[in-house]
Amino acid sequence: MSRVLVGVKRVIDYAVKIRVKPDHSGVVTDGVKHSMNPFCEIAVEEAVKLKEKKFIKEVVAVSCGPTQVTETIRTALAMGCDRGIHVEVSGKDYEAMGPLQIAKIFAALAKKEEASLVILGKQAIDDDCNQTGQMTAALLDWPQGTFASEVTIDGEKVKVVREIDGGLETIKISMPAVLTADLRLNTPRYATLPNIMKAKKKKIANMKPADLGVDMVSRVEVLRVDEPPTRLAGVKVETVDDLVAKLKANGTI
Amino acid sequence: MTELLQYAFPESQSFAVNMFKGQINPSQVFPFPSVMNEEQTQFLQELVPPVSKFFEEVNDPAKNDSLEKVEDSTMESLKEMGAFGLQVPQDLGGVGLTNTQYARLVEIVGQHDLGVGITLGAHQSIGFKGILLVGSPAQKEKYLPKLATGETLAAFCLTEPASGSDAASIKTLATLSPCGKHYILNGGKIWISNGGLAEIFTVFAKMPMMDEKTGQMKDKITAFIVERSFGGVTHGPPEKKMGIKASNTAEVYFENVPVPIENVLGEVGGGFKVAMAILNNGRFGMAAALSGTMKGVITQAVDHAANRVQFGSKIHTYGAIQEKLARMTMLQYVTESMAYMISGNMDSGSKDYHIEAAISKIFASEAAWEVTDECIQVMGGMGFMKGSGVERVMRDLRIFRIFEGTNDILRLFVALNGFQDAGKHLKSLQKALKNPLGNAGLLAGEITKRAKRTLCASWVVFNGQYGCIVMLFLLSIADEQFVLKRVADSAIDLYAMVVVLSRASRSLSQGHASAQHEKILCETWCIEAYDRIMKNVKDLKSSSTTQVFKNMKAISAAVVENGGIVAPHPLGF
Repeated sequence: MSRVLVGVKRVIDYAVKIRVKPDHSGVVTDGVKHSMNPFCEIAVEEAVKLKEKKFIKEVVAVSCGPTQVTETIRTALAMGCDRGIHVEVSGKDYEAMGPLQIAKIFAALAKKEEASLVILGKQAIDDDCNQTGQMTAALLDWPQGTFASEVTIDGEKVKVVREIDGGLETIKISMPAVLTADLRLNTPRYATLPNIMKAKKKKIANMKPADLGVDMVSRVEVLRVDEPPTRLAGVKVETVDDLVAKLKANGTI
Repeated sequence: MTELLQYAFPESQSFAVNMFKGQINPSQVFPFPSVMNEEQTQFLQELVPPVSKFFEEVNDPAKNDSLEKVEDSTMESLKEMGAFGLQVPQDLGGVGLTNTQYARLVEIVGQHDLGVGITLGAHQSIGFKGILLVGSPAQKEKYLPKLATGETLAAFCLTEPASGSDAASIKTLATLSPCGKHYILNGGKIWISNGGLAEIFTVFAKMPMMDEKTGQMKDKITAFIVERSFGGVTHGPPEKKMGIKASNTAEVYFENVPVPIENVLGEVGGGFKVAMAILNNGRFGMAAALSGTMKGVITQAVDHAANRVQFGSKIHTYGAIQEKLARMTMLQYVTESMAYMISGNMDSGSKDYHIEAAISKIFASEAAWEVTDECIQVMGGMGFMKGSGVERVMRDLRIFRIFEGTNDILRLFVALNGFQDAGKHLKSLQKALKNPLGNAGLLAGEITKRAKRTLCASWVVFNGQYGCIVMLFLLSIADEQFVLKRVADSAIDLYAMVVVLSRASRSLSQGHASAQHEKILCETWCIEAYDRIMKNVKDLKSSSTTQVFKNMKAISAAVVENGGIVAPHPLGF
């Protein structure tokens, strides 16, 4: 049977009010509440469900970043993953880390771990890139089932129902493959306290990108981060004629 | 740290015990205890998010309140979550939390739903706590695993129709069966939380026993582990209550229930001590839960004050509102500090935290009531509406000043307990304390000798920079309850000052971003607490207060005799 790699990203918690750093180089992360990217939670849940249905044998949770990401890996272990891999990236490399570097790491790990499936969240809520899954599949030359809202394993193939602009698209792809989880794929379970306790005994392996032959150099440079412009006050008008006149006056029509 | 007075008798390290002896023992209060090791801290940090998430997203306190029970699906999820065995050792199926870890989780429950809090607390904080504290290995192995998963629920059965505060007067009877293998239990208990749900009951009953010293038969209380399956255990319908409606409260009846002798909990005849140990051990949980409750309502009050505009300005710019918000914040800060100081002391192995625990229960329950009341006031009409949820919290909170030892009884406990210890090593003084008026001469002498340390407050500058401790040594020369209440209030204020001094000092020395804010909280609290203590001391010395007490006695006697108001109506009819 098979092994699944699941990617889990540590991001600023969705409920936090984001603040831009005074030097506009990024957002404030110090002392801010972080948690697992919601789409990664859905990916973990799907992997654990597949294991519970006995389609796969082992789920490995992977995260890239500094020491703090081990918290995120442990949450994945508490949800039912069997073991974890922490790829250590810190400092400037971590700040510049993007989908391409992650995709390279996952591609290397997928080969090393002989994974049948790589399941990722469709995007992260901090950068909203929506690229990592697609890049990983391309690097591996594997089929991809992205924006999955339903996943069914059928022998050596996977049936994926995808959420697309026009509605739903169903595809059948061969394994090994890369899947990315969309919102309606499942409802992630709550980690129970006994499972958190059990997770403490599960192993998390440490490694560096260099161990996987991955170079972390980024081709993308962030020039400046700004808050969205404050919404300007609206103006109330009495009649439709007033409205048309105002729209003409400010050049909209 | 400047050298403070050395304690003369090292038996007790409790600050409160030593305070009554006239000594400052800072070992349990400075620095603010930090008792978790790295592993415990990390583990706790992993537990907080899922528990918070559950209470934010799944538990519906309004639904639980209107159904007058915890929703079945919520109960199931709580059991799966492991919430029913937080302090049961891991090898018996529980989460194995320390007191400090337990306090942190209970704080989350308190913030969201006190009805669920009492359901969980009645089960593990008192219901089966006796088994944890004094149970035999066999009893622990037999009962704890199923209690930890919530497969069986527990209830604490002490109160009877004629025995509330006067717990020692209970009448439920246990008699040894002729075969000698069972005790037969007969009696009825009232207002038992989880009474209608529990499978396992910790029951207190009296037993006639031979007193070795006098050779007479005397009634002594014994604690029993009683299973509903023993037969003869029934319960009444759920009581209709003002608050914590989701918690099941019912009468429990025992009719010829056969309890195997192996199910005696602790020593035969030692039941009263077991009851007190259980209640004492769980008390810190209440302060922790209520500090969470206050956090929640303060957030609501602040949200309202920061957004509501009246007379052209946001209402938080007005002094009346500012004073309310400030007082609410201080009360929460003190309660939280007490809760974690006590849990820290308990985790460090302290065995005589009973005075501090009682103080924290009194303080927390009254602070929470005041804070929630003021929250409703800040919110105005909105606060009164069901939709805001604050009126439910208010209703839930009322019982906290009553159960687990009424605050009135606990005040007497704090004052009398303090004096018991003070008297212990002052042999001649002890006798004098018991018969104050008859030994006035002796007392006067002692007072003069210890003038610096009795009936006066002294400021001790601590570390020169960060804070001050007000030391107050009180000697009451009467055992009037009017007096004891004021002694207790002063002791509570004093302990409150010490805990915030300790906490704020720690924040300052650790350079926390909030340290200056905490310093202001601490200073403001201490200024007002000092004034209150000084007033209490002045009152205790003044003759007009003595007259006031006498008058109150007379007023009370008159209305009791008259069955109500005595003064005739101003209109004459």
